[in-house]
Amino acid sequence: MTKGAEGADSYGVPKRLLQNPDTGFGAPSGHAPGLRMTGSVRFGDALLLENVTLDLVPGGWTCLLGPSGTGKSTLLRLIAGLDTGSRFDGSINSSDGNALEGRVAYMAQDDLLLPWLDLRGNVALGARLRGQRPDTGRIDALIGSLGLAAHAEKRPSRLSGGQRQRAALARTLMENKDFVLLDEPFSALDARTRADMQDLAARHLAGRTVLLVTHDPMEAARLGHRLCLITSGRLQDLPTPGGPPPPRPVDDPETLAYGARLLARLRSAS
Amino acid sequence: MIARFSSGLLVALVLLGFWQALVTVAGLPPFILPGPLRVATALADNAALIAWHASVTFTEVLAGLALGSVLGAATALHMAVSPLARRFLRPVLVLTQALPVFALAPILTLWLGYGIGSKILMAVLIIYFPVASAFFDGLRGTPRGWLDLAHSMQGTRRQVLWRIRVPAALPSLASGLRLAAVYAPIGAIIGEWVGASQGLGYLMLLANGRAKIDLMFAALAVLALLTLLLHRAVGAGCDRLTARLS
Repeated sequence: MTKGAEGADSYGVPKRLLQNPDTGFGAPSGHAPGLRMTGSVRFGDALLLENVTLDLVPGGWTCLLGPSGTGKSTLLRLIAGLDTGSRFDGSINSSDGNALEGRVAYMAQDDLLLPWLDLRGNVALGARLRGQRPDTGRIDALIGSLGLAAHAEKRPSRLSGGQRQRAALARTLMENKDFVLLDEPFSALDARTRADMQDLAARHLAGRTVLLVTHDPMEAARLGHRLCLITSGRLQDLPTPGGPPPPRPVDDPETLAYGARLLARLRSAS
Repeated sequence: MIARFSSGLLVALVLLGFWQALVTVAGLPPFILPGPLRVATALADNAALIAWHASVTFTEVLAGLALGSVLGAATALHMAVSPLARRFLRPVLVLTQALPVFALAPILTLWLGYGIGSKILMAVLIIYFPVASAFFDGLRGTPRGWLDLAHSMQGTRRQVLWRIRVPAALPSLASGLRLAAVYAPIGAIIGEWVGASQGLGYLMLLANGRAKIDLMFAALAVLALLTLLLHRAVGAGCDRLTARLS
């Protein structure tokens, strides 16, 4: 990606998001700032990514695709401040100029629910880990809004895969952060549940700046306000899908065609 | 559970039958190998005596188990949170395992006397390593994803330790405690052999010296029973603990 952050608006954050960003659970008013990551990533002496720039759409979804081992998750983990075993020379900045620390929520493919806590306890985990008293009213409201009210007292082992991932989403929303980093969060789900989760996540994360790392071209076609592809150490922008704003319907012809073209491109990329 | 218990009983009965047959067929004299019936008689005749000595040994074992588990778990916790503790405590831990406890027993008896103190310390020494190393392994092996999540939530070190790392390591601690339940009696008995005036180990040596082999076997049987019961109880406690966590 060579365009500057100021070019981000040309990707067109959908008006719908700006007009009605609030889901009732403390989503940032207006929309969250953008984020720009620029630099090089090395593993030992090997250069994994050279001078790449990743711009996240302010208040929208940026989808990062590419073959395995190209560094998609590494970029996400670097933004999250997690250990990657790599060396990053460069900068990661929020477009509002404030530091990134404490403004990032993270959700992975594994739901990472603690098996010894019930659903409510898992959603409250962030506050507890910071030594704060959890806001029980907000926890229950979130659990209810994700259709999990009947399961609030259940341990993760008694929840289905889809319910577990919804619980993980509730825990992520509970953090109420400007930036949300999703590392293939839906890839272990069956097709129907995955589509449901995509809709749910798009609705609840509206207004936040989301980075989604995914293997699934159709998922990116449905959700992305901007799509980026990593191949052989380079990061490039893909054309923005046409059709309705995200989450685009699963049967929208334009989205389907886009997903198919993207799949073909991914197959030739490796 | 009942099936497991009854099959265990069956194995025990077969072994006892084999033992009695061996004694009868080979015509072994009772001062070499008394038959199970003779041992049972000795047990009944000396019930009060054996019970009193068993209570002493059991006290030593329980105290050693409690103290050793607490010390071992505390060591593991310190090693998990502090690199400094890791550097200093790891050699201590290995040392308690490198030194044969048998070799230490006379010195401990010299320092702590013939009372139960030296036996408790023996039990502590013998279980300290398995408890500490099992728990420490568990604390070090917290699944990375949970730590990543905790990091992204800006969890404090203390909260992450008590709310994630410790609960996640409890199954490992439980396997250490199960081992400890079997090892602790060994420590106590060695202590009693080296120098004591009470306890099952002392009784066994005394009976052996007076050629009362049937009494020695009776004491041995009670010791084995105590160890089995302890192992069962600790195992059941650990099972309940891990079941609550999963």
